[in-house]
Amino acid sequence: MTKPLKLLSGLIAVFATVIATVISASLGNAERAATGPRGTGDLGIIIERATGSVLVFDSSERRMLYRVEGLGDLSHASAVFSRDERFAYVFGRDGGLTKVDLLAGSIARRVMQAGNSIGGAISDDGTLIAASNYEPGGVRVFDAATLDLVADIPAIWSGGSSKTIGLVDAPGRRFVFSLWDAGETWIADFAGGSKPVVTKLAGIGRNPYDALITGNGRHYIAGLYGEDGLTVIDLWQSPLAPRRILSEYGRGEAKLPVYKMPHLEGWALAGDRFALPAVGRHEVLWVDARTFDEVGRTKVHGQPVFAVARPDGRHVWVNFAHPDNDTIQVIDTHSRAIVAEWKPGPAVLHIEFTPRGHEAWVSVRDGNAVEIYDARTFEKKGRIEAQSPSGIFLAARAHRTGL
Amino acid sequence: MPSPIRWMNAALSAAFAMSMAAGAAAEPVSERRAAELERLVRHDCGSCHGMTLKGGLGPDITARRLAGSEPSALASIILDGVPEKPMPPWRPLLSEAEALWIADYLLKDASP
Repeated sequence: MTKPLKLLSGLIAVFATVIATVISASLGNAERAATGPRGTGDLGIIIERATGSVLVFDSSERRMLYRVEGLGDLSHASAVFSRDERFAYVFGRDGGLTKVDLLAGSIARRVMQAGNSIGGAISDDGTLIAASNYEPGGVRVFDAATLDLVADIPAIWSGGSSKTIGLVDAPGRRFVFSLWDAGETWIADFAGGSKPVVTKLAGIGRNPYDALITGNGRHYIAGLYGEDGLTVIDLWQSPLAPRRILSEYGRGEAKLPVYKMPHLEGWALAGDRFALPAVGRHEVLWVDARTFDEVGRTKVHGQPVFAVARPDGRHVWVNFAHPDNDTIQVIDTHSRAIVAEWKPGPAVLHIEFTPRGHEAWVSVRDGNAVEIYDARTFEKKGRIEAQSPSGIFLAARAHRTGL
Repeated sequence: MPSPIRWMNAALSAAFAMSMAAGAAAEPVSERRAAELERLVRHDCGSCHGMTLKGGLGPDITARRLAGSEPSALASIILDGVPEKPMPPWRPLLSEAEALWIADYLLKDASP
């Protein structure tokens, strides 16, 4: 190359670098995302409950990628993921349903689907999104691609309209949910298309407050607030026969005040038993996963909110309701003894394990941070700052029934 | 002064004295504690009533919905809960002055 030409090409290279720097400095979330192909299997979102925003994070690098704003009232929010793990569907308290693009760090679609909402689910084939609503009470089902309304299932019973809770997906394009006011469980079957066949099971117990479905999609378990015990429905059975379990527990004892309702989630299976938070009692209950008999109790620090099993089932991490919500306790499922206890900070709201359980991510609302712990040594591995964080949801949930 | 009016005046001044007394009872709530109580209402009462207080599993407790309620009646619900309902008694965690402060806070239009 002649000297002037070399100089020219050098200049061009410098110029190109400058341009690239200027462009990248002015990039928004979407453009920055396009810098190279990447997977989403280790991504997740953190709900920022007070500001109506979510953080998209990379759990391998333990860092925040984007803040996505404009999701409305997220003071009680949850999320499910598309089968390709690219999109998170976030259910807000105000009835907003927002489809967040994890790669672009932006809102792909958003609809206001009700006045007051409590959570949702995605069908096993990934095509339907169901949202559970308090106002108007019932479940609404949407096309996962467009968020267009597919079906509306008002929870009308003899007493009027009921709030719905404990909405989960079940195999075969079904959704299962319960009616807080009516004490019923309904199964909406979309196997035949967009018109559901709804099966109603009455008399499951007073005021079911939340429910879970086991990872194999067989057992739906609803916790009862209005009476002691829980109700199990074996979805393999025909005809379906709801069965009351643990109805003897706490009999005759005065309940302690419940300053926050416990949550039931499909993570509760720990080995061959379930760990379930008691209601109005500072205990975690252990239930045999085959017989559904109570096999023991562990006294804990306060009213448990989440009792989340590490994916291998050996440990269960528990957080608590106000005013004991600064503490985490870890219970060994073998001995049912507490093996660790510490205070991550004020208002510990949620615990999310990485899919194979090497780390646990813990949101500390009033500490404005998510703390990351080694799930075996409990050593702190990292921290992500977040505004009043609540739920933490990893994209790997896409491949778990009931999550 | 005709006696009905005098009676009304007396009633009014008694009511005024009572409201002053209620104000006095709420006085022990320091500015710092008030900030904590506001956070408690938004976030912890908010677990059932929603952070904007428009309701969730628990009812709407916005000022619009509560309008006309007596602060003392609300304070007693806060302190003693509602039997047969999930509303728990907050007496183990809150003083009467603090419950009254919350009642007043709810009755003011503090939304969203």
